[in-house]
Amino acid sequence: MKKEKQVCDTEILRRTIVRMAHEILERNKGTKDLCLIGIRTGGAHLAHRLQEEISKIEKSEVPLGVVDITLYRDDLSERGPQAKVRATDISFDVTEKKVILVDDVLYTGRTIRAALDALIDFGRPQSIQLAVLVDRGHREIPIKADYVGKNIPTSPSETVEVRLKEEGFSGDELVVVSLEEKS
Amino acid sequence: MTGTWTRKDLLGIRDLSRQEIQLLLETAKSFQEISLRPVKKVPALRGKTVANLFFEPSTRTRISFELAEKRLSADTINMVGSTSSMVKGESLKDTVRNIESLKVDIVVMRHSSSGAPHRLAPLLKASVINAGDGINEHPTQALLDMFTILEKKKKLEGLKVSFIGDILHSRVARSNLWGLTKMGARVTVCGPKTLLPPEIEKLGVHATTDLGEAVHGADVLNLLRIQLERQTESFFPSIREYATSYQIDREILKQAKPDVLIMHPGPVNRGVEITSQVVDGPYSVILDQVTHGLAVRMAVLYLLSGGSREEEA
Repeated sequence: MKKEKQVCDTEILRRTIVRMAHEILERNKGTKDLCLIGIRTGGAHLAHRLQEEISKIEKSEVPLGVVDITLYRDDLSERGPQAKVRATDISFDVTEKKVILVDDVLYTGRTIRAALDALIDFGRPQSIQLAVLVDRGHREIPIKADYVGKNIPTSPSETVEVRLKEEGFSGDELVVVSLEEKS
Repeated sequence: MTGTWTRKDLLGIRDLSRQEIQLLLETAKSFQEISLRPVKKVPALRGKTVANLFFEPSTRTRISFELAEKRLSADTINMVGSTSSMVKGESLKDTVRNIESLKVDIVVMRHSSSGAPHRLAPLLKASVINAGDGINEHPTQALLDMFTILEKKKKLEGLKVSFIGDILHSRVARSNLWGLTKMGARVTVCGPKTLLPPEIEKLGVHATTDLGEAVHGADVLNLLRIQLERQTESFFPSIREYATSYQIDREILKQAKPDVLIMHPGPVNRGVEITSQVVDGPYSVILDQVTHGLAVRMAVLYLLSGGSREEEA
């Protein structure tokens, strides 16, 4: 049996993303040299939303890219049938940029490790900062987010799902799914 | 997602399903961008070893495979027929088994005997990629040809694709026929009667000796190399006479669709199967084929090396 618990709805998520946009701008003192790179696919949607909020606040559009980390994974041979490789799309030079790497859920940290390796193959950014919508704990490597939307303590048997309109859901929501022991 | 890859080897297009071909082509699409990066390398095959065993001369396929392997961070070893112990009388099976003892993960193999990789694959733990076997198949060439058509025409279904030249000895044509018919293209093969395999129409293609018929209304012309080195067998009176009847020049191209693609697996015999003007002309996608070959081979290597798969019986 699966049990779902909604943690955030559309409105709370919107405010969270607005707050993160403000924090990014505050820390970087505006949009100079700033760019957003989302990790496919959840992070890419969030990066796009952050870009929209930043343009509303600052009236300027920051460059947006998407990185696919499939080829940088450390578990290629261990996993079942391969994850589908999608293209990375970074159409600007990241050298000397302040890169905000965006993902939906921060868990073991391995995805971020892979994304950092991928990013560095595209140039030498001035800095890389990490923005995640959810930090659910259970890190396996030393990685820490600079901007966190929600801290949600979870157990490893649970999963956190970020459901967004962009992925075909009727509204946005953040859900914790737990597998209940059969009683 | 179109499906998953469960095969240990890529031996030919003949055994693949339409879904598998689609998965290969979609995966290749994602690999294109890597060759445009400042650092043209990803760590996907780090720690894997690939042996390129070319028992028959090859330049572009070997280079393309080797570069694809390197861009995926695999370690490579190369063996070409003339330098191998094959010339000292070792059997193919022994050669390949010796190489496998070095803990190679993937063997890329070209051989002049049809079926050589099919015979070896079941004996090896390593994945085997057929890089051309005799007159049988050349699966990665067919995949890159289909990929090139898809890139330019956005579809394969319903297109008229004509192969012109030495169909009989062409593994490129054979692999393409299997693939294109599965993907719904209308395939015509054209050449002198001596170079058209008997009963080829049983594969669901149209065969003709009339070049005009093959070119008329064609979306794609795939020209096969006249293998000058095979002329001892004399399948047509002379190169000159072949060129008179089957050479693609600007004049005959007027009968094709205005946006026809000219493809050629290379190496081109300028002035034999095709004029220089057409090779270098606006319809030619011959160099795109070479570029796409890299992405396609990266996709094949990636799919074969990732994931647990069902043990094949």
